[in-house]
Amino acid sequence: MRKTIESCITFFSWGALFLLLMALFTLIAYLIQKGADSIQLSLFFGDTTPLDALLLRRQVFDGLFPAIAGTFILIACSMLIAIPIGVAGGIYMAEYCKGKLKPLFNLTFDILAGIPSIVVGLAGLLLTILLNRHFPRQIAPCLLLSCLCLALLVLPYLIRTTQTALESIDPLIRKTAPALGASRSQNITLVLLPHSISDIISGIILATGRCAEDTAVIMLTGVVATAGFPRSLLGQYEALPFYIYYISSQYTGPEELANGFGAAIILLLLCIGLLGLALWIQRRFTTFLLFR
Amino acid sequence: MLRSYSPSEYLFFTAAVFSGLLTAAVFGFLFFFGLPLLQSGQLADVLFSSWAPGKGLYGIYPMLLSSLTLATLSMLISFPISLGCSFIITALAPLRLRRVLLALIRVMTGIPTVVYSFAALFFLVPLMRNLIGHGSGMSILTAAPVLALVIAPTMILFFVNSFNKVSPRFTLAAEALGCSKIQKILYIILPQAWPGVINGILLGFGRAMGDTMVSLMLAGNSTAMPEAVTDSARTLTAHIALVLAFDFDSMEFKSIFVCGLSLYLLTALLMLLFRLSTAYFSQAR
Repeated sequence: MRKTIESCITFFSWGALFLLLMALFTLIAYLIQKGADSIQLSLFFGDTTPLDALLLRRQVFDGLFPAIAGTFILIACSMLIAIPIGVAGGIYMAEYCKGKLKPLFNLTFDILAGIPSIVVGLAGLLLTILLNRHFPRQIAPCLLLSCLCLALLVLPYLIRTTQTALESIDPLIRKTAPALGASRSQNITLVLLPHSISDIISGIILATGRCAEDTAVIMLTGVVATAGFPRSLLGQYEALPFYIYYISSQYTGPEELANGFGAAIILLLLCIGLLGLALWIQRRFTTFLLFR
Repeated sequence: MLRSYSPSEYLFFTAAVFSGLLTAAVFGFLFFFGLPLLQSGQLADVLFSSWAPGKGLYGIYPMLLSSLTLATLSMLISFPISLGCSFIITALAPLRLRRVLLALIRVMTGIPTVVYSFAALFFLVPLMRNLIGHGSGMSILTAAPVLALVIAPTMILFFVNSFNKVSPRFTLAAEALGCSKIQKILYIILPQAWPGVINGILLGFGRAMGDTMVSLMLAGNSTAMPEAVTDSARTLTAHIALVLAFDFDSMEFKSIFVCGLSLYLLTALLMLLFRLSTAYFSQAR
């Protein structure tokens, strides 16, 4: 009887794996089959010549260039805001935080990590409404607001990965420099951080991937379907994930739909590329805390 | 205890406190905007009545129900699959294949949900339309398998990680006594690591509740009370995402904060349970 159950479970496990991979590859193969043809230069730049578009001499109207540029600016700004705070917070959690404060902070960051991204976006929208009461008509959802909200979204990931990276350092390495007379901050900056830098960087790249894919936050905080190349941080902008969502509900013909499939492939490649880079930097396939 | 604080410590402390305050600030915003509704005693109305703006009813009960149904259904699909896959990755497969599979699952965590939903919208929805036989093909039943695919890597990674934490003393002893791989998992690893399985379920459920794009694009967004899983339905997250369609002073808009608050409190509760069970089980050992 036992033997039967055991072999049933083995069989079932392989079946589960097969089912998961089947589902994954079916969707991706479908995506590639539908979108591969549309990936050409005109998908990016429309009728404009690439050089003109890249030098911002002419606006691109029917290409993905503004959306891709918007996504990259969005990623860069949010990471610029999130990295210093996240890494500093992570260093505090790993090296300084003691006593009763630690479980409290741990729980707080867990909650922050668990907040659905749409709620983060809603909080951003509420911020603008609140500010509008005091400064009428000056504040509107914009690129900067989206960056702030995305930074908030990835903050717990950065704190956690930095904390885990520092906490998993061998005690032998941790204690050598202080024993030789180094101060605590010298130990952190000269020994601990350099030692765990690859883990911290791969955490940062994972957070970048999260910024690139998130649609819910930017939907409520300023992304629009057509805005052209983002001219200012206080203006509206286009982004790749929102373009895909927009096409899915508003496409007018097979050509636009093909563009949507093309955009989906590009976003997929971008996110997988970032993840692959993180894995490559980390070099070993240890699992992270916060398995999103 | 007297200690001298260095300036850098203050800097790090400020960053941590700031991040902590932001968590509270998000709650504060939602609470502040939801306050008029809470004060006027309409909370029960909003939570437990149906959505019919024509009749002056702005209840989010259908959305709450859809969210819970969708999350539960996708967990029911995803949990056995994730557990099976984690068995394979922990022990059943040959070592090299395990590494490849683990890397693949990690890459899966990075696939944007909007891409999954986009592909499923044009692939799965027509299939479901034929299968169900009525409606647009967008339903809870359409969104559930896609959501299951989205949350599976999260759970698999968590399961594998907690399985790997089981001390090699036990597993090596079991192997020395001649037990097979599946026996090792079922009788040694699983009894040791089951708290990890429960925590993985909590995390997965939180992620299923919080996902916006899958339900927004595949579940159909009908505000009617879903009567079967083949009905079109709108989740809490999708309801918030459609907020911009409303006037900012309207009752519709106010109901959004109750959605936001319920989601916030629900995920916070899941996280609290997660922390408590982690602390409890690590003490018990």
